[in-house]
Amino acid sequence: MLLTITTTHQPATDLGYLLHKNPARLQSIDISAGQAHIFYPEASPARCTAALLLDIDPIALVRNHRGPAGEGFALEQYVNDRPYVASSFLSTAMSKAFNTAMNGTCKDRPELPDTLLPLEATVAVMPAASAEQLQKLFAPLGYAVETEAHLLDPTVPAWGNSRYFTLRLRHPALRLRDLLSHLYVLIPVLDRGDKHYWINEAEAEKLLHRGATWLPQHPEREFITRRYLRNLAQYVNPTLERLLEGEEALTDDVPPLTSEETATTGLDVAAPSASTTAPAREKQNLHDLRLDRVAETISQLGAKRVLDLGCGEGKLVRRLLKNPQIEHILALDVSWQELQRAQERLHVAEMPPRQRERLTLTQGSLLYHDPRLVGYDVAAVVEVIEHLDESRLAAFEQVVFARARPIAVLVTTPNADYNQRYEQLSAGEFRHADHRFEWTRAQFAEWVAGVAERHGYRARVDNLGPEDAVVGAPSQLAIFEQ
Amino acid sequence: MPLTTLKLPELSLVLLIGTSGSGKSTFARRLFKLTEIVSSDHCRGLVSDNENDQTATPDAFALLHYLVGVRLKRGLLTVVDATNVQPEARKSLIQLAREYHVLPAAIILDVPDYVAENRNRARAERQHLGRHVVPQQRQQLRRSLKFLKQEGFRHIYHLHNTEEIDAVQAIVRDPLYSNRKQDTGPFDIIGDVHGCYQELVQLLTTLGYTIETDATQDARDLGMRVTAPAGRRALFLGDLVDRGPDSPAVLRLVMHMVQEGLALCVPGNHDIKLLRHLHGKHVNEQHGFAETLAQLANESDTFKNQVRQFLDGLVSHYVLDGSKLVVAHAGMREEMQGRGSGAVRAFALYGETTGEIDEFGLPVRYNWAAEYRGRAMVVYGHTPVPAPEWLNNTIDIDTGCVFGGRLTALRYPERELVSVPAAQVYCEPVRPLDYLRQLAEAANQGQEANSQLTAQQQHDDVLDIRDVTGKQIIKTRLLPSVTIREENAVAALEVMSRFALNPKWLLYLPPTMSPSETSALPDMLEHPAEAFDYFRRQGVERVVCEEKHMGSRVVVVLARDEEAAQRRFGVIGEGPGRCYTRTGRNFFNDSTLEAAFLARLQEALTKSGFWEQFHTDWLCLDAELLPWSAKAQQLIKDQYAAVAAAATAALPEAAAVLTQASSRGLDGIETLLARTTARQTAAEQYADAYRRYCWPVESLADLRLAPFHLLATEGHTYFEKDHAWHMETLRAICLADEGLLRATPYRVVHLQDLADVEAATQWWLDLTASGGEGMVVKPYDFIPSGRNLVQPALKCRGREYLRIIYGPDYLLPGNLERLRERSVKAKRNLALREFTLGVEGLERFVAGQPLRAVHQCVFGVLALESEAVDPRL
Repeated sequence: MLLTITTTHQPATDLGYLLHKNPARLQSIDISAGQAHIFYPEASPARCTAALLLDIDPIALVRNHRGPAGEGFALEQYVNDRPYVASSFLSTAMSKAFNTAMNGTCKDRPELPDTLLPLEATVAVMPAASAEQLQKLFAPLGYAVETEAHLLDPTVPAWGNSRYFTLRLRHPALRLRDLLSHLYVLIPVLDRGDKHYWINEAEAEKLLHRGATWLPQHPEREFITRRYLRNLAQYVNPTLERLLEGEEALTDDVPPLTSEETATTGLDVAAPSASTTAPAREKQNLHDLRLDRVAETISQLGAKRVLDLGCGEGKLVRRLLKNPQIEHILALDVSWQELQRAQERLHVAEMPPRQRERLTLTQGSLLYHDPRLVGYDVAAVVEVIEHLDESRLAAFEQVVFARARPIAVLVTTPNADYNQRYEQLSAGEFRHADHRFEWTRAQFAEWVAGVAERHGYRARVDNLGPEDAVVGAPSQLAIFEQ
Repeated sequence: MPLTTLKLPELSLVLLIGTSGSGKSTFARRLFKLTEIVSSDHCRGLVSDNENDQTATPDAFALLHYLVGVRLKRGLLTVVDATNVQPEARKSLIQLAREYHVLPAAIILDVPDYVAENRNRARAERQHLGRHVVPQQRQQLRRSLKFLKQEGFRHIYHLHNTEEIDAVQAIVRDPLYSNRKQDTGPFDIIGDVHGCYQELVQLLTTLGYTIETDATQDARDLGMRVTAPAGRRALFLGDLVDRGPDSPAVLRLVMHMVQEGLALCVPGNHDIKLLRHLHGKHVNEQHGFAETLAQLANESDTFKNQVRQFLDGLVSHYVLDGSKLVVAHAGMREEMQGRGSGAVRAFALYGETTGEIDEFGLPVRYNWAAEYRGRAMVVYGHTPVPAPEWLNNTIDIDTGCVFGGRLTALRYPERELVSVPAAQVYCEPVRPLDYLRQLAEAANQGQEANSQLTAQQQHDDVLDIRDVTGKQIIKTRLLPSVTIREENAVAALEVMSRFALNPKWLLYLPPTMSPSETSALPDMLEHPAEAFDYFRRQGVERVVCEEKHMGSRVVVVLARDEEAAQRRFGVIGEGPGRCYTRTGRNFFNDSTLEAAFLARLQEALTKSGFWEQFHTDWLCLDAELLPWSAKAQQLIKDQYAAVAAAATAALPEAAAVLTQASSRGLDGIETLLARTTARQTAAEQYADAYRRYCWPVESLADLRLAPFHLLATEGHTYFEKDHAWHMETLRAICLADEGLLRATPYRVVHLQDLADVEAATQWWLDLTASGGEGMVVKPYDFIPSGRNLVQPALKCRGREYLRIIYGPDYLLPGNLERLRERSVKAKRNLALREFTLGVEGLERFVAGQPLRAVHQCVFGVLALESEAVDPRL
């Protein structure tokens, strides 16, 4: 992984003073995951280039637990792009190698740090969602942005481009420390593979500090902030996590599960990219609406004992706990991770005893008969069935409608008819990577009618969400009653 | 003459009854195992640190009852060391005994007050006892004596003084009448006869018995002569009489056979009704008893007396053959097997009813077998069914002979059904014979198609979460037990629920495979020498080396046609087979491609004559499906190609600036440049390594299946066959379709033959040099006999291939040295446990066990896979 910084400021060799690194020497410093080498491939008065070359040690990365955790496919921990791409390791290396320059001090040439210089920077290579994303992030800061895409595999042209770019930035007049700050903040933002294992709370604040002068004016400030806050929240900073409570976007980044095949969990949030922030929020509203509606229906049904089947992180549970008529909630999820999140989000450990008695949060599966599910008034199955293979729905049906037999069952699922209203979805594509199917209103109605008939329930299907005259509402809710 | 031994049933709840100081604890310790004694004083101490703290009494007794309950549940004789002089104290214990179907017994230690008081005075901790205590307790004891029998005690020993107490030298434990665990059979178990003598004779004859009637020589021999086929005995499930044409003849034959040791018999409700009549009690003449009465009218009083004695001596149920077989007229729940109580006897005779009455005026039966989890096979009758069906290792073999059905026998241990048709309808059934079946189907609403499935298959449609969650200890043939930890079960539940196929397809999940130990050679991580050494150390003389294909591991479960799949796997509308991954996930995302693939494989099997050769209509194969990119394309793109792309894009840039810097003559740059160039080469080699295993898959023509184990067919697993047999058997199939199937190159190596070993090593070197992944070394026998279970296989991967696993730079100076510090121990341990479970699950499947028994093993393998082991191994 390489970063070069070039200036044609006269004399160009001032760069050495600014960086506080002697152009005549190769300097090597130890960083947590390997070594950083600083040297000057050219150093003439007309043009001077400093290079920061990172030599990441992949074995040390594993041994020090600083690399990717290896969820999803376990070997990712051992074979990954970390040694070759610009990542938070580069940011750390920069702050270590160019500390004085980043702070804007220069003992020998005190005026230099504030001097606007013609600067060029090259990053080889920079991971990014697209060349446009690089433009969006760097152009507003005044750079001329040049990107060189790289094929994923030149022997398989059909695979197209990789997510790696050689990035060249040119700025006619910029303080060096601004260039460094921009890179310092934006590199980890761009690198989705980056988990910020290196960061602690103090450094998180430093990160915010580095962006203080330019971030508030940046048109993509929200995206930038979200991206690194999200990463931080997940691993380090509980304070920020609290700030983020209720941020739906968090669910798009749950690490994949223990299967060999990668899969994402979470709700109906589309795969994130720089441009999807707005739709994601719109969907968050839909999900809230859905949960409000389900909670309201449960209340109208006069339920005292409620099953939340597939409770996720406990958003419905939170609503149900507020309803004094509900005496007990059994909230079930198959994902241990989701249950941990629910524990935390609902502050179960700190709940007063009376409230805690009202809630049982436990792992369970809707494909196995479970005697604990018997004897409830209502079961809520919110956005769950579409995560099951269609061939497994028969087992689900037996478990819920034949064995558990609550007096009422509420089932919500996306309305596939509505998908054409989502611009970012191409035809036939699902709203979430883990959806095994999305049903049209007719398909859902048919399934609902069949289940109701086979198990002695009355059922109706309601629209859920703002209705469109042609394609209906984005989501649908079936209400089964015995 | 005082008793020196007391007889007690082997499973009883023994209450010692006596005042404080009567010597109960001493008596108990002298005659029972310490662990068998639950003492109130000890419990008081456990809950209060003071054995005399009377305020702790309620908690102490709660603990005592808990301990007694747990012991009884587990079938352990238990002695309660408490005064037990008050009826209410005894009552709660008797209730516990009833709850667990254990016989209560009382031993009264009746010593004079002064003896007890003297003993109490001698013990410091009893000083606080008031003067009134002992006399009061003794008074309660004396008042209790005459009520003990009424309270439900079957065995009561009253020891009147210290002499009698001291005289007792031993407790003799009598086995329960139902305990015939030593009796291993073989048996011919025969369902409800109901006076159908002709059919009974015919059935016994079919089973190889000879029956002749003879003039009576002596009243006792009943005028019959019967011989049994070698070593076999008949086992009658009761209801010998009523409804049918000749109940006395049936009784005569069965009584004779029992008397001659040619048969065992348990009573049915009709037999007991007859017994009550013979005891002079009034009984209802309905349900066919009138016929029996009429038939018996011509019989002698001697015969009736013999019948009375015979029926009187029948035991409610039998536990046989080391607890592997239980027989009772109407079935037996697991917790009642081998126990004695009124409830057990009633269950054996009448089965389980809900208390409701159905539209035919008959009691509604509760299908206890649907919940049966026991290890013992339960064979029963009582409820006529159109055809016997296994459900959770239980079977009802009453096929309603008297109603014009059949008289059925189950040969044990063969599990073979033999039956003869009824000569005529002797009695019209009140409700149709398939009534229960109809009921079960009605309960399984929503599965209209289900009536085509067996009772077991319908039952298996929904597995029970209790069979897979929490810590599981699985008993297996190869290892005494395999433990699944709770946290691993948690992970497996999620993967199984979210990603796996219908569990009915999942017969087997393959075990993980350990590599050979790290090579001693300087520039290699793995080499065959270590694999050979391992097997040599394990005493294995011959191994098989198989080329390792680099694709995706798959298990193929395939039936000859969809009907066969339905019959054997109990799936409807899911096609003839499945091809699934190591985690039980469907291999194919494209169902059309899957159908075409399976059809091609079926054709090859048919063409090679496989179905006929193996007398089967399904099989289970362990195989590798190529190319790697067929399933792993996304992974290859996201990870392997991505790493190569990043490396090949970044490193030349670095090399360029280093070259530029080197022209400036900076110190140290040359080293850095050399290293970067080396990494550049490594990155290219790495890209070449993964590319070898990728090719585009556009149609079936691009797929290759390389099977290497024939795991199972109908009624068989093939773990007793050696690997050369597997290779050759599968080669024959592969030859039938060389476009789709690939026979695996292999060689047999004698480990003591150096030339052989050398040739195999060279073979491996050549294989890996030309881009092969490497080879798998297996013991020649699938499961070598010997004391220890050895690794079923070890892999030796090639030097280039390992770049994919250890990263592009793994061979660079400084890296390989560190990577050598690896231990294969955890991986090998895991491989053995997974292998054991895989074998167990498949063996359970071919033995026809319920799905939950198979699923437990499959789930276990998946759970073990979530254990943290270095994934590079």
